[in-house]
Formats: sequence, structure tokens, C-alpha cells
Amino acid sequence: MAHVTAATAPSWFQDKILLGMSLRQYLRSLLTPLNGLAFAICAVGLPLIVYRFAAGLGATTNLSQTQPWGLWIGFDMMTGIALAAGGFTIGATVELFGLDEYHPIERPAILTGFLGYVLAVLGLICDLGRPWNMVQVMVRNGTASVLFEVAWCVMCYTSVLALEFAVPFFEWLGWKKAHGALKKALLALTVLSVMFSTMHQSALGSLYIIAPGKIHPLWYSPWIFVFFFITAIIAGISMVIFEGAISHITFHKLFQGHHVDFDKLSIGLAKAGALVTFAYFFLRLQGVADAHAWGEIKGFYGAWWLVEMLGFVLLPSLLYAYGARNRSVKAVRLAATLGVAGVVLNRLNISLVAYNWNQAQRYLPSWMEIWVSLTLVTLGVLSFRWIVNRMPVLRPMAGSGH
Amino acid sequence: MKMSRRGFLRVAGFTGSMGLVGLPRRALGAAAVPGEDENSVLVDTTLCLGCRGCEAACAEANHLPDPPDDEKVFQGRRQTGPQVFTVVNRSPVAPKAGGERFAKTQCMHCVEPACASACPVRALDKKPGGPVAYDPSRCMGCRYCMVACPFGIPKYEYASRVPRVRKCTFCAERQAQGQTPACVSVCPSGALTMGKRGELLAEARRRVYGNPDKYVQHVYGEHEAGGTNWLYISDVPFEQLGLSPSVGDQSYPTLVKGALGVPPFVMTLWPPLLMGLYAFSHRRKEAGESGEPDAGETHR
Repeated sequence: MAHVTAATAPSWFQDKILLGMSLRQYLRSLLTPLNGLAFAICAVGLPLIVYRFAAGLGATTNLSQTQPWGLWIGFDMMTGIALAAGGFTIGATVELFGLDEYHPIERPAILTGFLGYVLAVLGLICDLGRPWNMVQVMVRNGTASVLFEVAWCVMCYTSVLALEFAVPFFEWLGWKKAHGALKKALLALTVLSVMFSTMHQSALGSLYIIAPGKIHPLWYSPWIFVFFFITAIIAGISMVIFEGAISHITFHKLFQGHHVDFDKLSIGLAKAGALVTFAYFFLRLQGVADAHAWGEIKGFYGAWWLVEMLGFVLLPSLLYAYGARNRSVKAVRLAATLGVAGVVLNRLNISLVAYNWNQAQRYLPSWMEIWVSLTLVTLGVLSFRWIVNRMPVLRPMAGSGH
Repeated sequence: MKMSRRGFLRVAGFTGSMGLVGLPRRALGAAAVPGEDENSVLVDTTLCLGCRGCEAACAEANHLPDPPDDEKVFQGRRQTGPQVFTVVNRSPVAPKAGGERFAKTQCMHCVEPACASACPVRALDKKPGGPVAYDPSRCMGCRYCMVACPFGIPKYEYASRVPRVRKCTFCAERQAQGQTPACVSVCPSGALTMGKRGELLAEARRRVYGNPDKYVQHVYGEHEAGGTNWLYISDVPFEQLGLSPSVGDQSYPTLVKGALGVPPFVMTLWPPLLMGLYAFSHRRKEAGESGEPDAGETHR
């Protein structure tokens, strides 16, 4: 009898987890080249993480006494958190500024933010020498430390993101009461998300204020926390457009019968992107003027600074403006791609390239550091896909009446 | 929204003025001599023989491997390390008076230490008597102290699974028992003098300004990094002894005071401001409601 019902009406597990397929069908559907690649990355990367704790940081990383922070901080933490800024940017746009037309991209932005933070914290745990002492942040009042602020804000904001993500999650589980309660709290959660993000996105930059002698003058500025906050907004806007474009190609099946004019939304976002990026360009120039560092625009670091400023700040801002004006989605997508790359470049420049610029011995990450970072990104992409294929993130719940 | 030049200017002006909120303020003029009652050491490099007895004594007191027993160590410039809390280096230039000059490197024990201010768990902490002490049981291994220290002193046990930050302890335990640090106690030439910071500064000035033909007219550590508990005087340029002038005179913890002043403003101003924005957009929406179904509503 039970067998009969199972055959006619798929079980909860089959319906929710296996996407309505039988286990065998589901496993077969996983055999794709991209999944093979992801498996290969994780099959090496996850044991590497275990090895890092078994053998220590010295055996796995190229960190040194002069280079205490490497790729795991510069990329996983600094860049990961910046690229996760779409969650609060779009959250504020929809919930606070009342631009409801952006509602369809709010959930993917929040999911990206949530996964970004979880992965940044995982990267941080790999990097910390004594991660089990992380709880000490909560009991010792290291209030003179910027890192104290960052740690608290990241903890709080990750919790806020988890609660924001719980809205589609409970909807998926069909827990109507919990879902309803959290949906009502969404406004308050969005206020908190903007508050915490303002503080720690900027504080990640403030971390470097205490090291004036170690960072090239073209990148060092006492205003670096303003730059970090504004680039987080640029990253948020650019990531939403960039990721939306990819999602619409990759998950096109999910959008069938549920038409969202994503091109129109992209063009709307491009206007904001153009303004913010253009303003940021001039703020950076102001930073150089403030530091009397015009004379430093020479040699390798001067040229590299120009590449960042012209190719990855000015160019995307102009492309955004062009795309918004001429309603060219292509230009907007190119601008978003450059915008994302520009924020990645900026974080890596400050944490790795311009840091220790005057040292003879320079840091290059070990292959294991790169592989672990790659593994974390892969886990993020896999989690994103797993979730959007099941939960009401990119589209409303089928037959839920929402 | 049409993008105009005015729009650009508005955003630029707004974001620019936001930065002004956190303008770093100069620390108010503190007491005449910061940390004047703290224990300090004056290093008169003109008296140092380069015997490296301090290295050996330091290793013994801190249970570290013995330093190399070889004059060849002076050929290059050595750094401190996780197992080496102090090293003596030879100046590549000889003084006018002839002979050789040496200087000992170790933690400077800043009056306002960058490392301790950077530590989010206060594993590194400035003790009342002067030492900057480390407690591994609190440390989470973020290594921000290493980023912050302008002298590059905190070193890390990268090879260990339970790594610690390592640096000169100023022999805090010996000091608590009324003894001088191990290095000071064995120095045979009087190059190291232990005392209160205020008194040692007076003594350093007396020697330096009393012998203007001999000494470089500067006490390294009087103002560097806001003042340090280890003070150096010399008759060769300080750079030759590995004491960089690029450290600057500012107290490092005060560098971030402006940025750390931002959170209270954000926490008090953001919620009402954002709720105001919400109320505004909500009212506008209600006023402009035209009965047209909202595209976004389907997704809620």
C-alpha cells in the first residue's frame, strides 16, 4: 500500500530534495561536465583544508613574518564580503526606498550575500591560527581595535542575512507561521542590514589605516573607510547585474512562465551604478590630492594604479552611463563585469600588491592557498544552484498563491 | 531619473561630505612626558661592545634556543624571530670617532602600542609598568598585530599547529619580582640602563645635547610612534642601526580614532534616517497608487 502511494505521489524528500525525480534519475542528472569539474576541485580542496589544520599555516601557505595576511584574507575575506554587498544594497532599494520593481532580484541578492558571508567566515577560520579562540571576541572588550568592530558586525550581519534568507526557506518548507512572522520583520532586518554593512564594509578598509608605512601612498588614505563603503555599493550593484545575467542564462528554465524584464532592471541599476562609480572616481583622486601623492604616479605602482583607476573605475562608470542612456544592456553588462573585476582588483591591490610594496621579499600565494579559495568559491556556486533549484528565490513558489 | 551633471555633483558632494563626519582628530596634548613613570631602557649605542651577552641572557630567560656562537652573524642584518626575541646588529658605517657600532633590536614597548590597540581580544595588552605582554590563551591568531606594528616586531609560529605570537616580553615576570630584564642585567658595558621613562629621557638628553660633537642630536623613541619605552642614542645615523625614521611621530592607536568614531553615529543615525526614508517612499507610493497591479508583488 505504502509502495503504491509512493509511486503515485512523490514523497516529501523526493519532491523537495530530488526535484521530483527518483534517486536514480536524480543521481544521473548530476553527471554533467561542470559537476565533474566542481567535484574535482572539491575532492582536492576539502582534504587541503583538513591538511591545513593538521600541518599548520606554514606548511600550506606562503605567509611570512613580513606578510601576515595573504590570499585568504585579501580574497576570501576582503573581496568576498565586498561582493556580497548586493544583499543590503538591493534590500534597501526595495524595502526602504520603495522601488518595488526591483523586488524579483532581492532574494537572489540576499542569498548571494548570505553565501558570501558564510564562505568568507569559512576562509577566515582557515586563516586564523587559533580559530577556537574566536569566541574571545565576545568576552574581551578590544574596543580600540578596528578588527573588533569588523568581527562583531560580521557576526551580527551574517545572522541578519540568515534571518532574511529564512523568508524563502520557510516558504519552501511550507512553515506559514514562521514565514509570515519573518516577512513582517523584513523591514527591521533591512534597516539592521544597512546599519551593519555601513559599519563593517567601511571598517574592512579602516583595518589598514594603522599601517601607513606598509601600503603604497597611492592606495593608503586615512579616508580608506569611505572608499571601502562606496566600493561595496558599486560591488553590490555590479554583482546583481552580473549575476542576474548569468542566472538568466543558466537557470532559464526557472524563468519560464514568469517573466521579469531583467534587462529593464539592469538599465535602472546602471543609472545608480554610473553615479556612484563616477563619484568614487573623483573621491579617489581627492584621496591622492589629500596625501600629496601625485608624484607617486610613476613606475610600476603608478602604472598599476592607473590601470585600476582608468580601466576598472572610470571605464565602467562611463559604460554604465552610456548603457543607461542608450538602453544598451550589453554595455551595462560589460560595465557590471568590469565593476566586479574592479572591486576584486582594488581589494587585492590594497591587501596584497600595494601592501609591503617597499619590501624586497614579495608574497605570492601558494597553490594550496589558491586551491582552497577556489574550493570555497565552488562550494558557493554549488550551494547557490542547489538552493535556487528548490527554493523560491529566482521565482515564486509554484502554486503557493504568493 | 535622468542623469545630469547636477546629479553627478550631488552624489559627489554627498559622498564627500560623509567622509568629513569621521575627520581624524589630533589627540589632545597629553602629559609632558607620556609614560614617564613606566619602566624603560636607554640604549647608548656608543657604549655597546657587540658582545651579544644580551642575546644569550634573553634566550636563557625565555627558554629559547641558544644564539649562534659565531662572529659571522654580523655580516648581514638579522631580524628577530619566533625563537629569537633580540638580536644585535652591526652598523655598516663606522662613526667619526672610529671603531664599530652595534645596536640591539627587540620590541620597543611603545607607550601607546599599535599591536595592543589592534588586538580584538586584548591578547596583547599594555601593562601598567610598561611591558606589552601577550596571553596566548586569548589569542585567536588573526595576526593583525603584525600588520599594525610599525617596527615589524611580533613574529608568528607558522610551523606550529597551535601557533603563538612571539616577541620580547620585557621580562615582565622578572620585573614583577623587582629584577631588571635579563638583557639589562648582563650588559657589561653600561650600554643598557634601566629606569623610569621620564628620568631616562632626561639622562638621554643630557648625554646627547651635552656632547653635540659626538651624538646625533636625537633621542630615538622619544617621539617615534608616539613614544616608546626603549630609547636609543647614537653617534651614527639611526637608519644604520635599523631604526627607521619612517615610523613617524604619531601615536598609532590615534590613527584609527576617527574611523572608530563612525559606528556610534551610524548606530544612532541610520535607523531613524532609514525608517524616515521608508515612511517617505511608502507615503509617496500610497499617494501615487493607480490601481495598476504591482509587478513585484507577485514575488512577495
